[in-house]
Amino acid sequence: MTIADQVTGSTIAGTAGAKPAGTKARAAAPAITLPAIGERELRLDLFRGLALWLIFIDHLPPSLLTWFTIRNYGLSDATEIFIFISGYTAAFVYGRAMLESGVLIATARILRRVWQIYVAHVFLFTIFLAEISYVATRFENPLYTEEMGIMDFLKQPDVTIVQALLLRFRPVNMDVLPLYIVLMLALPLILWSMKWRPDVTLGLSVLLYAVTWEYDLYLSAYPNGFWAFNPFAWQLLFVFGAWCALGGARRMSGILASPVTMWISIAYLIAAFYVTLTWYVPQLSQFMPKQIEQWMYPIDKTDLDVLRFAHFLALAALTVRFLPRDWPGLKSRWLRPLILCGQHSLEIFCLGVFLAFAGHFVLAEISGGPVMHALISLSGILIMWGVAWVISWYKRVADKSGAKTKNAVGNADLAGGG
Amino acid sequence: MKAKVLLSLVLLCGNLAAPTARAGDAASAASPMPAACELPSYLLTSESQLPKVAEAIKAGKPLDILVIGSRSTTIPSSESSSYPARMEAILKEKLPPSEPVHVSVEIQSKKTAEETASTFVKLMEAKTPTLVIWQTGTVDAIRSIDPDEFRSAVTDGVVALQKAGADVVLMNLQYSPRTETMISAQPFLDNMRVVAQEHDIPLFDRFAIMRQWNEQGQFDLFNPSRGPELAKQVHDCLGRALAQFVIDAAHLEPAQQQN
Repeated sequence: MTIADQVTGSTIAGTAGAKPAGTKARAAAPAITLPAIGERELRLDLFRGLALWLIFIDHLPPSLLTWFTIRNYGLSDATEIFIFISGYTAAFVYGRAMLESGVLIATARILRRVWQIYVAHVFLFTIFLAEISYVATRFENPLYTEEMGIMDFLKQPDVTIVQALLLRFRPVNMDVLPLYIVLMLALPLILWSMKWRPDVTLGLSVLLYAVTWEYDLYLSAYPNGFWAFNPFAWQLLFVFGAWCALGGARRMSGILASPVTMWISIAYLIAAFYVTLTWYVPQLSQFMPKQIEQWMYPIDKTDLDVLRFAHFLALAALTVRFLPRDWPGLKSRWLRPLILCGQHSLEIFCLGVFLAFAGHFVLAEISGGPVMHALISLSGILIMWGVAWVISWYKRVADKSGAKTKNAVGNADLAGGG
Repeated sequence: MKAKVLLSLVLLCGNLAAPTARAGDAASAASPMPAACELPSYLLTSESQLPKVAEAIKAGKPLDILVIGSRSTTIPSSESSSYPARMEAILKEKLPPSEPVHVSVEIQSKKTAEETASTFVKLMEAKTPTLVIWQTGTVDAIRSIDPDEFRSAVTDGVVALQKAGADVVLMNLQYSPRTETMISAQPFLDNMRVVAQEHDIPLFDRFAIMRQWNEQGQFDLFNPSRGPELAKQVHDCLGRALAQFVIDAAHLEPAQQQN
């Protein structure tokens, strides 16, 4: 999404330690000046907002709207976009902080952010507990006696809640934030290493990814199994995002502009589309060579299959090529809701997870028709937009009144330090 | 290919027509409203085949079917309305009267695929079914077993069953909208599909079928009612669909069916 010639935070790469005074301080988040909204990299906000909407829709039961989410048209989905952009913005914001205020201060700020995400996760878990307990006491359809086994963990809340606080017990749809927490915890190390040699850092990240696949590294979960998003594999996207933010994107601009890249990307996207088509139109699968099928499947989301990663790269390459940074549409008010949501990703992400829970609840308790379903999806998105707007408004007001007395540290959040 | 599509269409039409035609003489056995069972044909067909079933029927040998399942294989306190029993009744209706059909059920409740598969060698020594319908995945999903481990357990199980000389049909999880936020079914559905593809065996997509019914409004699977009525109707339709699926995958000529 980001990328190339237009990238803003390119001052760090190579010139480690040098103050970015000479370069254009265009910027999403210098701690000294207030960032004017118009100067932000709006494409990042736009696509993160889009990812948040798609994650919300994907978390609801399938409906007509589900057909608009990208996971039906290719191998990667909104999670990849979200993690990549998070890596990009986090590196951008805290990388600058590290250059300007030193490693210690930047680390402290990152840890503060990690704490916020952790609290958000625990909050969502509480809501989930309430919901599942409600269902456990109300729902006794004999068709589903077996599925009710999921409630067994309620019998020992002492263990379950402690495991949840340790991020080892994660109910469905609550996997992204723990991944994010671990990645953010590693961010000081990543940035410190990037400051030294960005390319070596990216190389190490690729190495860790490869080692994860070769030796099967994982984090275990409770009561058994593994993290649904393996941080050792998904860090690749996050670090790649950081690397792009810190100048990598600019250095790649040659590659990105070449028509060869474009055609490879297009070909790959079409092939991936065909593969996904065979999932929905089983009749097509006979035109799929068995050898390719056996080599390709399963396409592993837990360990960020290389096919998924490549799919994301192809999407990103085309996006950067055909959606220039100064595209006037970015300022149109039609895209404003998406951009607003993207600018407050943590809040809107949590809200989205909560709304998905609530949506399920309404579908189950009130009525489940397609009209209701569409209504829930739409009102969910409207609520996300509304809340994003309120947060923006509040930050604007708070920044105005606080600008004279303190540095606008809060801008890190605005720029999406997370 | 064309011939095959045609055949399955013929089979399907035959099947859909059958319940209405029989409603009169077999009212006690048939579901009161078979229209509720309607499904698009792609959910009832498979690229893979059941050669041993076909052979047995051709030769007029008895068709022994073993259903290996879990708690969702049955309905508490009404065994005879569960889908294996319904499938048996429908198969008997559809196959020639000379063809003996026998369905037995092996329930391993609260067992993961791995735990279940480890019993297969012994199980297959005791019984020698022509066809094993292995329904699994729910317990693994509830306990969020690692999908890779799940896949290799299912693979081992399928291999053991095939080695013992049976055709195998895999059946995946129920569609359960109430617990959708709590049980992550997708990785288990995906991996069962993969195993079925790798071993070229038919996969009965119970999940997609039940979701189809729920979405089309044939059944309201959100229903919290405590009575067994909904469960009975759903199992009746599942039994019908499964019987149809087996007949289709065995590629029986219309002449080998009663209608």
